[in-house]
Amino acid sequence: MSINKFNILKSNHHKNRNISLILGVLFFSVGIIDFYLNNYFNTNITSFLPRIFNFFTPLIFGVIGLHLIRIEFSGIKILDSLNKNINTTNFNAALSVSIILLIIFGLPPLLNWLIIDANFAGDSKEACTGGGACWVYIKVWFNRFMYGMYPNAEQWRVNVTFIAVLVFMAAGFFVPAKLKNYLSLYYTLILPIISFILIYFIISGGSFGLVWVETGAWGGLSLTFMVSFFSLIFCFPLGMMLALGRRSDLPIVKYSSLSFIEFWRGVPLITVLFMSAVMFPMFLPDGTYVDKLIRVVVAITLFEAAYTAEVIRGGLQALPRGQYDAAKSLGMGYWRMHVFVILPQALKLVIPGIANTFLALIKDTPLIFVVGLLELVGMLNLAKTNPKWLGFSMEGYVFAGIIFWIICYSMSKYSQKLELKYKTDR
Amino acid sequence: MKLKKILPQILTLLFIILVFGFFTMNAQENMGARGLEFGFGFLKTQASFDIQFSLIDYDGSHSYARAYLVGLLNTLLVAFIGIILATLLGAIVGVARLSPNYLIRKTAAFYIEFFRNIPLLLQIFFWYFAALRALPMLEDAPMLLNSSFMTIKGLYTPAPIWTNFDVFFTTIIIAMIIIFFFTRYAKRKQEQEGKRLPVFFISLAIFICLPLLTFLIGGVDLSWSYPVIRQMSQSSYTFDGGLKIPPELIALTLALTLYTATFIAENVRAGIQGIGKGQKEAAASIGLTPNQVLKLVIMPQALRIIIPPTTNQYLNLTKNSSLAAAIAYPDLVLVFAGTAMMQTGRAIEIVGITMATYLTISLGISLLMNWYNKRIAIKEK
Repeated sequence: MSINKFNILKSNHHKNRNISLILGVLFFSVGIIDFYLNNYFNTNITSFLPRIFNFFTPLIFGVIGLHLIRIEFSGIKILDSLNKNINTTNFNAALSVSIILLIIFGLPPLLNWLIIDANFAGDSKEACTGGGACWVYIKVWFNRFMYGMYPNAEQWRVNVTFIAVLVFMAAGFFVPAKLKNYLSLYYTLILPIISFILIYFIISGGSFGLVWVETGAWGGLSLTFMVSFFSLIFCFPLGMMLALGRRSDLPIVKYSSLSFIEFWRGVPLITVLFMSAVMFPMFLPDGTYVDKLIRVVVAITLFEAAYTAEVIRGGLQALPRGQYDAAKSLGMGYWRMHVFVILPQALKLVIPGIANTFLALIKDTPLIFVVGLLELVGMLNLAKTNPKWLGFSMEGYVFAGIIFWIICYSMSKYSQKLELKYKTDR
Repeated sequence: MKLKKILPQILTLLFIILVFGFFTMNAQENMGARGLEFGFGFLKTQASFDIQFSLIDYDGSHSYARAYLVGLLNTLLVAFIGIILATLLGAIVGVARLSPNYLIRKTAAFYIEFFRNIPLLLQIFFWYFAALRALPMLEDAPMLLNSSFMTIKGLYTPAPIWTNFDVFFTTIIIAMIIIFFFTRYAKRKQEQEGKRLPVFFISLAIFICLPLLTFLIGGVDLSWSYPVIRQMSQSSYTFDGGLKIPPELIALTLALTLYTATFIAENVRAGIQGIGKGQKEAAASIGLTPNQVLKLVIMPQALRIIIPPTTNQYLNLTKNSSLAAAIAYPDLVLVFAGTAMMQTGRAIEIVGITMATYLTISLGISLLMNWYNKRIAIKEK
């Protein structure tokens, strides 16, 4: 093996095993302890060495230590697996030691800041006396971060609507087998209408004795969900039509779909939002006013539809020709063939791709700040400038980062699971 | 049968015409009401606003067209730096992801999962408003590498001062041309005689030696202007000389690089994993050295898988650089679709030009990619 080439001090021999083992562990520990003391107690136990080595002593000692314990077939199970995993060559050993040192260097201060020195109790800026993060800031502003400027007394309405929409979404999983065929119709047509009605009457209010809350006051994480939910639901049918259009034999249909897709894919979302904010009102008859939120949802829908179309086209292309030929030979027309044979199979293939698009969509929603809608990140920037709470931007961004990370990470894991589940071998 | 083909097309056409017609009509009416006339004449008028950071000469007396150019160059600068750094980082992390070393593998995976799942805008804000704001003031900044200062106002580094830069630059281009022909010659020679020339080392020697020669005989000279701190008043300081890199550029480049590199790393991993073990074994069994296996067998095949999605990421990076507007880095969107539009009120023309610019970049790169893909595609018989 090539490993042996690097083993200058060959320690394969059984007699030497214990000595080199002890020496190796000793060297390794000296390296680690030296680094630890250097960083946290400002004492340098290896200061007797020449200065030029001093900076690298932990690394050198660690690598020497790992080199000594690199014994092939030592008969000790833990040592063997350690050698196999992090200690195959001297180069690998150096990398491993560097990473261990990096963890020692970075992790304790991070934990100190996040948890140990952080302040949790209290409800004003003065409660933050420790050197760590001031989570009081998040606690005080929590409602704003979740609901934006939505009045505190009315926030139950947002919660109720979200729960109701979730219930309606889950309802699709429990329908009797007889109605299974109508499921896609339910998700693409009925559910959006129900959700829109719910949001219009409960969150927006204005009737049934509920106070009217204008869309400018909506915000926070709930707005992130609303915008991405509606954009996803609307962009799906549109993307499907565009994907079919792009694969059509009719030149006008094909090239208009193609240019539509390429146009939206070629421009950044921020310019699309600029367009919806400043350019779009110029295109409407004088005096018509379309709500800012609706304009944003339409803009994001058009933008994402182009990406969805490309994902669905991938699914359509992955189907073997035989499926088309078989459907045609049964005498099916274009629409019957697509609705009953092609799309059900193609859509199953593209579910992970759609999930990825949705993930990108959620990560893109903070951009709506350019038109003045403040979801979570926008609210953070607003809270940061509040004179009573200056200097806590770090806490805010870390908080938002954790929330977005949890959402996106769990979704990406779920989509990977789906990918395995729907993998059909052909 | 014929009707079935023509009718949908006519309907599509009609729909498009109706929508466009409706919009154009309204736009004309609205602009008329505001006393504006559609046209690009405003580009020649004086912009009269300042831009913080510019690669070319610019001040308020220049035209809007010049301001557009400044913005475009700033966008391209961020995209260019970001693409290079993201490629390097992505390639390293992608290879590290497949390392036999458990710690390296997990660190790479942690990095990818961490930076990929946080919105880019949030990352930009984090670097700009939280991390870079924690840097020291000008007067307290420690000196890095005996020459640079990392301060809250940006990074101050030595600036190169060239004499006869054009001679130097021309030599570099000449060196590249020579290398190009030399590589072709070496390849032909190998095909004819079976002899391999040390192409890489000779190319490197040409690339380094030729430009260096100009220092001796071409009259080229390079000196550095170091940043020196100067006290302006009781509490305000400034740096004289040197090159100032604004914190907006640093934050933006950092965020774009770290974010995009995660995607590139995954592409690299997929590319390397996509090559069958048999390829490596077959190559080794005909007597190629490990380096040759990597260079002649693995890389050409892996690149075929890696390059198309990576180009997509380059495009994404370029488009994402428009988020610069959020931290006031003067890129195309901020300068042109922001300030210039506020001043002129010409929403349609300016948003149109901005979109058309991005579209041109995207479509240009796409076309280039398609051409490249066709060239490297495996020619099946």
